[in-house]
Amino acid sequence: MASTAGIDMGIQTVKVVILKDGVVAARAKASSGFEPAKAAEQAFAEALKAAKLTKEAVAQVLATGSGMDIAPYASGNVSMMGADAKAGVFLFPSARTIVDVGAEEARAVKCDERGIMQDFVVNERCAAGAGTFIEAMARALEVKLEDMGPLSLKAERASPINASCVIFGESDVVSLIHRQESKPEIARAVFDAMADRISSMVHRLGINPDVVVVGGVAKDVGFVDSLKRKLGINILVPEYPEYAGALGAALTASSRVKGA
Amino acid sequence: MITHYGYIDGSGEYFIVIDSEKCNGCRKCVEKCPQGALELVTEFIDLEDKTVAAVSEAHRKKIRYTCQECKPEENKTPCVLACPKGAIRCSWKSP
Amino acid sequence: MTEQPREYWRWQEYHRVRNDKSWKNKDVITAGVDVGSVGSKAAIMIDGEMYAWAVTRTGSNSPDSANKVMGMVLQDTDLKQSDIQYTVGTGYGRVNVPMANKAITEIACHAKGANYIWGPSVRTILDVGGQDIKAIHCDESGRVTAFLMNDKCAAGTGRGMEVFADLLQIPIEDIGKVSLSVDVEPPPVSCTCVAFAKTEAIGLLRKGWTREKVLAAYTRAMAIRMANLVNRVGLEKEFVITGGQSKNMGIVTRIETILGVKTLPSPNWREGGLDPMVAGAAGAALLGKALYLKSKG
Repeated sequence: MASTAGIDMGIQTVKVVILKDGVVAARAKASSGFEPAKAAEQAFAEALKAAKLTKEAVAQVLATGSGMDIAPYASGNVSMMGADAKAGVFLFPSARTIVDVGAEEARAVKCDERGIMQDFVVNERCAAGAGTFIEAMARALEVKLEDMGPLSLKAERASPINASCVIFGESDVVSLIHRQESKPEIARAVFDAMADRISSMVHRLGINPDVVVVGGVAKDVGFVDSLKRKLGINILVPEYPEYAGALGAALTASSRVKGA
Repeated sequence: MITHYGYIDGSGEYFIVIDSEKCNGCRKCVEKCPQGALELVTEFIDLEDKTVAAVSEAHRKKIRYTCQECKPEENKTPCVLACPKGAIRCSWKSP
Repeated sequence: MTEQPREYWRWQEYHRVRNDKSWKNKDVITAGVDVGSVGSKAAIMIDGEMYAWAVTRTGSNSPDSANKVMGMVLQDTDLKQSDIQYTVGTGYGRVNVPMANKAITEIACHAKGANYIWGPSVRTILDVGGQDIKAIHCDESGRVTAFLMNDKCAAGTGRGMEVFADLLQIPIEDIGKVSLSVDVEPPPVSCTCVAFAKTEAIGLLRKGWTREKVLAAYTRAMAIRMANLVNRVGLEKEFVITGGQSKNMGIVTRIETILGVKTLPSPNWREGGLDPMVAGAAGAALLGKALYLKSKG
């Protein structure tokens, strides 16, 4: 079976996945910074090394993500929604709804058992709807991003915060902690607000279990907990959720190679 | 008075528009809304207090998400269809 | 620890009395008290004409703020609280104005007040505060016909401008002037979202854009957004801009260009003109007069 690769040109992070013999052989990532194409080259080289492959051995490379048009090595693009659907079903054959929450965008995708996308909802161009919101609130709380989740799990209720905007939220949180409001309750409020939005996107598509959550934010236990509570059903999270886009692109490359 | 409840942000324009002159406070929209986003409020019009429908405070800043399930871009949401006076409509624009 | 955000435009507390006016027993004397989240204002009208007004900072509770500003506005007049026949409370703290006969929403009062300050030709008002933007359309009597309030998104608010002023290290009072100092107007930044616009701005600075150019691009994007809000309620001359942003010439001139309409200038309150900040209180006092006369049959 041919080896293929997927490059997800995310705004914050570039992710690369290499498939060999139908399984993931390597994953690598690099910060996009202000030169995302260079970051992609770096991540790609790293992935090749880990997979013990040369560039020539990779039959096809496809790109996805907001920067897909400037991806190096790629011979074509895959839409982010399409990549999400493919990856979701590959990771969990029962997946029919894929939720992808990244740094700057959040999506919900409905798919069939073959991983073909049927419908989707996107929230873009507003920082409050994606990972940037959590990062900004963590800064305002003076908590490390990776500590936000565990912190929020300590709370039993969510503090009322202005969650409609990153800028207003930041000022709100600063004055709340001046007034000694509980940090766990504020952290929980942050995740509850995100989960509320995602849940409404999922409802818009119609709840089709199983629901899989991917993207960088899926690594956050606080977010996953809030989303479980809001949706009221169990949700599945893969081990490397931030690589779903790149995985989906690599899988699409595989099916295109097979077809050729 | 025509009140636009909702917002414009980077992701689009989302408003539930209520004309308090046409509204007679019949509550049909309030009852039909599956999210409980509508309520009756007192509006001061022409030196009188009039009872009219409005989007509740809690929903105004997240109206896109509140209404999403009802497909407001088609303007055939339960609230719009319920109103006998044509006093309520959806104004929805996503890029 | 991050600093508390500064107030956008620092203004002084003050009060004024029109000593050329006096009142007689048969006059209708009414007052308006506007308790906002940042400032509290009061206005006293004699037969619907402005007699005295006061502007002060809102304290930690609304009733105290109302009492304070009412005390201020009565100073140097020969009026007592009991001479006032009808008082209307408005603004964020309107239900807690102890001396009010009635509470009326700030939109109705603001439009009525703008009609008084600028005249019956005013039809469209854009009020840009620290944390919200309101677009109002009214008729010739200052009665509101359409209204939109945005407090969901910081883009265009004073707070949003503060964030950019901090990023570019330009004093907040100068951002209007600085944004107009470019030779050629650059295209607007592509992100309306302030958080994303910040990242975009950093990228532009790295590409060699000057701070002035970046500020101009951002200000243009904000002006486009505010113009959209105005268009939604319906743009009709005459058009006025009130609130903190009315002093940001970078915003005002760009909105005028985009909409193709010039705004009416604000009266110079330092030279005795009416301060637009008291529009709400003035409108409240006028509505108070109308309600008082109505109750008398």
